[in-house]
Amino acid sequence: MSILVIAEHDNASLKGATLNTVTAALAMGGDIHLLVAGSDCAAAGAEAAAAHGVAKVLIADNAVYAHQLAENIAGLVTELAADYDAVLAPATGNGKNILPRVAASLDVQMLSEIISVESADTFKRPIYAGNVIATVQSTDAKKVITVRATAFDAVSASGGNADVVSLDQVTDAGVSSFVSEELAVSDRPELTAANIVVSGGRGMQNGDNFKLIEAVADKLNAAMGASRAAVDAGFVPNDMQVGQTGKIVAPDLYVAVGISGAIQHLAGMKDSKVIVAINKDEDAPIFSVADYGLVADLFVALPELDAAL
Amino acid sequence: MKVLVAIKRVVDYNVKVRPKADGSDVELNNVKMSLNPFCEIAVEEAVRLKEAGTASEIIAVSIGPKVVQEQLRTALALGADRAIMVETDSEPQPLGVAKLLKAIVDKESPDLIILGKQSIDGDNNQTGQMLAALAGIGQGTFASNIEVADSTLNVTREVDGGLQTVTLTLPAVVTTDLRLNEPRYASLPNIMKAKKKPLDIFTPDDLAVNLTNTVSMIKVEPPAERQAGIKVASVDELVEKLKNEAKVI
Repeated sequence: MSILVIAEHDNASLKGATLNTVTAALAMGGDIHLLVAGSDCAAAGAEAAAAHGVAKVLIADNAVYAHQLAENIAGLVTELAADYDAVLAPATGNGKNILPRVAASLDVQMLSEIISVESADTFKRPIYAGNVIATVQSTDAKKVITVRATAFDAVSASGGNADVVSLDQVTDAGVSSFVSEELAVSDRPELTAANIVVSGGRGMQNGDNFKLIEAVADKLNAAMGASRAAVDAGFVPNDMQVGQTGKIVAPDLYVAVGISGAIQHLAGMKDSKVIVAINKDEDAPIFSVADYGLVADLFVALPELDAAL
Repeated sequence: MKVLVAIKRVVDYNVKVRPKADGSDVELNNVKMSLNPFCEIAVEEAVRLKEAGTASEIIAVSIGPKVVQEQLRTALALGADRAIMVETDSEPQPLGVAKLLKAIVDKESPDLIILGKQSIDGDNNQTGQMLAALAGIGQGTFASNIEVADSTLNVTREVDGGLQTVTLTLPAVVTTDLRLNEPRYASLPNIMKAKKKPLDIFTPDDLAVNLTNTVSMIKVEPPAERQAGIKVASVDELVEKLKNEAKVI
């Protein structure tokens, strides 16, 4: 068996979710190859080659792959897939965008966001916003799968010594082009990779009050998150949303402030190692998953917490 | 231009779904069904394009047993001009849905196809991308804004670190994210009018699509429960516990 894993990277470096996806691939068994498709992506390719458990790294370095346009990368992956028994990608924005396109081109029913590998053809995945876990079996000869990174440990980023091969084929579908991007610029750790996350919900009342969260997050070197209610109310931008339809996080410490704990939100953070909830409603569902609950007015508690840290 | 909107009937988002006692599937008897929230956003976007004079006709499509007509009537009440149902006994998987939609796309030749980014039952997030692949056209997934130019479409997409804008050649597929728009409610007169709008019915055989499911559900179970911990009385106690007991700060 041989498995192709699509690396998540920004050309300069490999993203952590790739290492978790390699763990899922190793659980399926066989030779693991990593594809780094990008532009000026040699640095990310070198990091990929150092990852534990990777036998070979394929580098497709061309301007057409610069912005991870699904049409172009899916074309490349579909060609490469002929030599593999399975194609895996982390269930990141890119993975979700690209992999169904690959699956349809290969006439394969893809499996989305698996959280465990039961055997080489049987997997578990959450459905109904994480209210239910389904065990599913695929009879497709080739498997196409996205992997929920937080459900798997990461392989070591060093110690590997994979062969590196440069690909020269270029697939340009010619139907899409990149215009611009606005990426949040922040000194904080990335939400899905942070060891500590501090999130605010509807209880924050407005966007200005997120400054209170920011102060605490600064002290803890934490990433900032938000519930869907806070995002929908326009307090903070969408890329801060933690939940089934936002980002799935599993940090060492998750602090939920003014978040009631809708199932949608719990699905995005309940695998965190330690959960702290601060809410003035002592019956809020968030307390049923919290290791440490503090029933308090957040406008009093957050400045106190800031001072105590 | 002609806009095709694909919609799905799903368990209402307020229902807390549970596995059946035998774990074979989820309990769907006597459960309220609705239009998938992301599909509501898709219909709304099409209606806004028509109101702006950009779209000339909106066709709503749904796939499934006869009851999906209820959701098609909802789409008609919201502003779709006509509806197409592809009647199937059971619910096809996303690849099957994409193949059926591709057959409808071939029949209707729409300029733009709008779908929800995922349905809140299967949470697959696949159908739009698969349809784009089968049709050999571009895709603007997780859209938070779209702008139609002559023969192209600018789509602003919600990506992990923020927003990305791409230009797609039309025809193209767009999948909606939550912030694309806020859907309206259907008015009573429009609900009455929707009953008279045309609704065509096809079978997979009519469309020459062979549906084979290659993924089977072995069992469903509730997620692992997390035990509630303790309540602390003060911020100082919380910080003390996090430092000395949990050792996470």
